[in-house]
Amino acid sequence: MIFITRRATFSASHYYWNDAWPEEKNRQVFGKCANRNGHGHNYVLEVTVAGEPDAVTGFVVDLKWLKDVMEREVLSAYDHRHLNLEAPEFAHVNPTTENLAIAAWNRLEPAVSAAKGAKLSRVRVYETPEIFAEYRGEA
Amino acid sequence: MRAYFGRRYMLSASHKLHAKTLTEEENHAMYGKCNNPHGHGHNYFVEVLVGGAVDAETGMVVDLVALDSAVREKVIDRFDHANLNLDPMFARCVPTTENLCGAIFGLLKDALPAGRLEHVRVEETENNFFERFREG
Repeated sequence: MIFITRRATFSASHYYWNDAWPEEKNRQVFGKCANRNGHGHNYVLEVTVAGEPDAVTGFVVDLKWLKDVMEREVLSAYDHRHLNLEAPEFAHVNPTTENLAIAAWNRLEPAVSAAKGAKLSRVRVYETPEIFAEYRGEA
Repeated sequence: MRAYFGRRYMLSASHKLHAKTLTEEENHAMYGKCNNPHGHGHNYFVEVLVGGAVDAETGMVVDLVALDSAVREKVIDRFDHANLNLDPMFARCVPTTENLCGAIFGLLKDALPAGRLEHVRVEETENNFFERFREG
């Protein structure tokens, strides 16, 4: 089994807020991230696909195809957007880095599974060079 | 739903690679420049990956502030701007980055709730790094 990873960047704004909590608790738990005017990051999305190299092409998947899938399924929805306001999955779910990794997985998984012989293995999202989250499709 | 949260830290420390059971010549042959008796140093990057269920209320796997405190207290405060050879953890083993990675994994595993520490990576330079994964 070979694992192939493609990286892409997107820039988006967000804030952290739980509607079920009073303002004071939101500020206490989420600190600066609870600023309702939002703030932004340059995110790095890393998508890892697993499979066996094709006998003819030597590819697990065509990287150009993977780039297009990432662009269509994730970047077009998140890049230069306000995640809380413009991505429907975050209307009532906090757009933390963990939830972004899960949401990106959910967006990518059907397209990757449809490709012959490829399996989505890991999605990693860097919020800053020092902070990241990943999801491997576990329950 | 199990996800993972990762964080990178840096610590600067000196060390000297020298095995007490080897002769001077053998140490020099084994470790080369790393056996310089006066030691040398690195900016080590420590990557910590913590796994767990995403909390429904916060959307988080781990409290970043709590993780930072644990890493600062157990790892950074202990090894940053220190000579690794003088730390009791390296009294009986050579402070290679393999052993530093294992030491950091052990310290953090004990400091975090059971089953949460997934992976520790220690980068000694831009060109080499060492990893330990949760087993089982």
